[in-house]
Amino acid sequence: MECNLHNIRTQHIKKMPTYNLKINGSSQSIEAAEDTPLLWALRDQLDMVGTKYGCGIGQCGSCTVHIDGNAVRSCQLQISQLDGKEITTIEGLSEDGSHPVQKAWKEIDVPQCGYCQAGQIMTASAFLEKNPNPSKEEIRIAMQGNICRCSSYNRIEIAVEKAAEKKMA
Amino acid sequence: MSTTISTKFSRRSFLRTSSLASGGMLIGFNFFTACKDNVKMPVDIAKLNYNDFNAFIKISDEGMVTIFSPNPEIGQGVKTSMPMIIAEELDVPWENVNVVQGILDTQNYTRQVAGGSQSIRFGWDALRQTGATARQLLVNAAAARWGVDASECSAKQGVITNGKGETLGYGDVVKEAALLQIPESESSESEESKSENPEFKDTKAEEIAGNVILKDPKDYTIIGTDVGNVDIDEIITGKPLFGLDYKVEGMVYASVLRPPAFGQVLESYDDANAKAIAGVIDVIKIGEKAKAMLEKEEVNWTAKLAPTEKVVVIAENSWAAIKGKKALKAKWTESSPMENTKAHDKILIDLLDGKDFTNLRKDGDVKKAFKQADKVLERTYESPFLPHNTMEPMNFFADVTDSKILLVGPVQTPADAAATVAEMLGRDEKDIRLEMTRMGGGFGRRLYGDFVYEAAEISDKIRRPVKMFSTREDDMMTGVYRPAIKYRIAASIKDGEVTGYHLKEASVNDNMYGLIPNFFPAGAIENYQVDVAKYNSNISTGAWRAPYTNFLSYAEQSFLDELAEVLEKDPVQMRMDLLEKAKGTTDDRIQYSADRLQDVLKLVVDKSGYRTPKDGVYQGVCAYYCHNTHVAEVADVVMEGDQPVVKKITVAVDCGIVINPLGAKNQIEGGAIDGVGHAMYGDFAFENGMPTSNNYDKYRLIRMNETPIVETHFVKNTLSPTGLGEPTLPPAGAAVAIALKKATGNRLYKQPFVSNMNSKPILG
Repeated sequence: MECNLHNIRTQHIKKMPTYNLKINGSSQSIEAAEDTPLLWALRDQLDMVGTKYGCGIGQCGSCTVHIDGNAVRSCQLQISQLDGKEITTIEGLSEDGSHPVQKAWKEIDVPQCGYCQAGQIMTASAFLEKNPNPSKEEIRIAMQGNICRCSSYNRIEIAVEKAAEKKMA
Repeated sequence: MSTTISTKFSRRSFLRTSSLASGGMLIGFNFFTACKDNVKMPVDIAKLNYNDFNAFIKISDEGMVTIFSPNPEIGQGVKTSMPMIIAEELDVPWENVNVVQGILDTQNYTRQVAGGSQSIRFGWDALRQTGATARQLLVNAAAARWGVDASECSAKQGVITNGKGETLGYGDVVKEAALLQIPESESSESEESKSENPEFKDTKAEEIAGNVILKDPKDYTIIGTDVGNVDIDEIITGKPLFGLDYKVEGMVYASVLRPPAFGQVLESYDDANAKAIAGVIDVIKIGEKAKAMLEKEEVNWTAKLAPTEKVVVIAENSWAAIKGKKALKAKWTESSPMENTKAHDKILIDLLDGKDFTNLRKDGDVKKAFKQADKVLERTYESPFLPHNTMEPMNFFADVTDSKILLVGPVQTPADAAATVAEMLGRDEKDIRLEMTRMGGGFGRRLYGDFVYEAAEISDKIRRPVKMFSTREDDMMTGVYRPAIKYRIAASIKDGEVTGYHLKEASVNDNMYGLIPNFFPAGAIENYQVDVAKYNSNISTGAWRAPYTNFLSYAEQSFLDELAEVLEKDPVQMRMDLLEKAKGTTDDRIQYSADRLQDVLKLVVDKSGYRTPKDGVYQGVCAYYCHNTHVAEVADVVMEGDQPVVKKITVAVDCGIVINPLGAKNQIEGGAIDGVGHAMYGDFAFENGMPTSNNYDKYRLIRMNETPIVETHFVKNTLSPTGLGEPTLPPAGAAVAIALKKATGNRLYKQPFVSNMNSKPILG
């Protein structure tokens, strides 16, 4: 038979290395090729699918996570480079959507299709940690790396302002 | 005042009830067709038979309402707004309503298509009547228990009250209500809906359908209020919602290598390097079945991407699949010529210069008007191809076994996709179950089911559950594009009046269709003609958010602005005058309402401050009707140094009753910004049959720092609602082009504006 997958699989036993990553405060063991981007390890190996694939070249921001508090593109980071780093994903931003940025997103009802929004929220939350009281212009520049194809940009802008207010309160 | 609603179905025929074994009442209903006489309502909530019903409402013993939403969600908000309509007429607190995405079992599933901004327009009557009928059943059940006449009872917010002030909750009477006869319509079943244009029907009056009374819009408590997206908590916490997030035990991942250029077919491939990659399970070839299906049935508009064999890497995870595909070596041969944009440009201009047109509308005698004219203005407008670029790339899950086929994922045309898979694999449609996920954007791309067929063919071959997914590069390079189009518009002027108008279209593959030739300014100019010509290309093209009007609006509205300049008339007044003339028309092909278009124009002029010029702010105004909704927009452009910047778009919309202002404004804002973005930056070209851009580093989408602020104003009326997914996009590019002319002195005849800021008009 052309596609006896189990046979083919046994012919190609290639042992994958194991990596221990600290994700959302807990240690996770991942068995994957060393060049696996964090994005795909999160999605496929750990079933954490909140982090989205959008372009794979760091241009759209859908896959944004925090590494030691900085917003980075998880499609551009290999799991072999992340030893000892604190990784936070949308699933770990809060347990129940109670982070001020998430609350602001809900209050303003930002999403349309919703696909890019986890990345937008991760960029916004890291940005507000560094600049808790930003101007409109600073928000527009900070968020310009994240594409929203539905163009919910006006609401993202308002929601970031709202989240800043919530954090200050 | 009350009027009797007359529709194709009676309440008896389009709705059925049952008592659920697990408690509560189930209501099944059909959108457009009557239920078949012999259909049975399920008593098990796990066995909702979408073969016979479009959607279901469950009312639990506690009075909680679950609506199994009939339409797929692509971001246009119907998963929120359609249940709002049912809940309004049912009269329950919105907090007690839960919305679940319906599953498709393929047969008789009418209008389960998200596209053309039509969901709300078509659903309006059926959804209201379903809610109202369910409410009446519950009232009748309570009345029977009390031993009083139903007319003495009223229902509000999930509670039924009788004349003595006694109350029963909906949940208290669901058991009895499920057994009652469904209130019948007093109106004749054969009577057809009287209004040709449902969006022009006033719903101001209380409508009575048999014993079922529809609410007067002034009593609405849910419709017209801001209701948040029903999936908001899942979205902001990153829960699995989308097709790409779907996963089952034992699932493998598939990445498909398609021809890099249009016109190529697979000759041979070498998979040795791919198979050596850790995690790659196998490399297979697909395409035979899709190809055979295409050959058998020539006109399958959803299968345009299939006429070749393709190589597929099957892997344990996405990354291995991506790497495996990169490691494939394939040889391709030309089955048809490699095309390029330069050649297209020449071909389309030649078509416009030629004589080989199909006429779509002809009023009066344009030729004569042009001959007798004092002056003729003629301009040509050009647009590139555009990819859809949904943020979630195309993907689909398929699990094909000997006994059944499970398909799961984001597709705008589920019924068609399932039927095509059945045909392709020679299987019975009854064995196919298609589940829809939330869609990470559609914009028309997910109307085409090529990715569903690929997934099904792969799983059919490997007999394992599989997720076929495209990378961004796959998506951008093997898409179904908005075709490149050129318009040539000419107008004749005699004694300071527009006497003739001639629009010619030259397009790749497909021409404007249906009602578009009857949009404004048709009906306003005595001698009026629309002709189209096309060039058949091997590049796949199709619907893209607001098909044709997305570019036609820019061409026509820019032209009208220039025409006003030539006539030395105020551009708003010139449109008002033209619309005044259109009011007298007896032509029933005319789709727009001149009154409504005038109203949105007046509103946008008022709200944008168009009549009070501000220093350094250049405003462009336009009004457009498409997708049943009337819209006018004003763009504000300011110069920052040498750089014109689009600062603000003021939008006036008449979409009838606004179901959910919060969601409606989101669509309006998104549509307008999308329109600005693609008019400014959207550029997509071909060389040697291949797109010249394949990812966001080479293809520019509008980003937040370039985004204008959108300010929305609604015309308030009680006309039937129309959709908003598309209508605000087409006018945006026009408003920007007109404002840019004022700011820079240059007229723009070609999109994207950013590459053509100094383009000269092509004179005919």
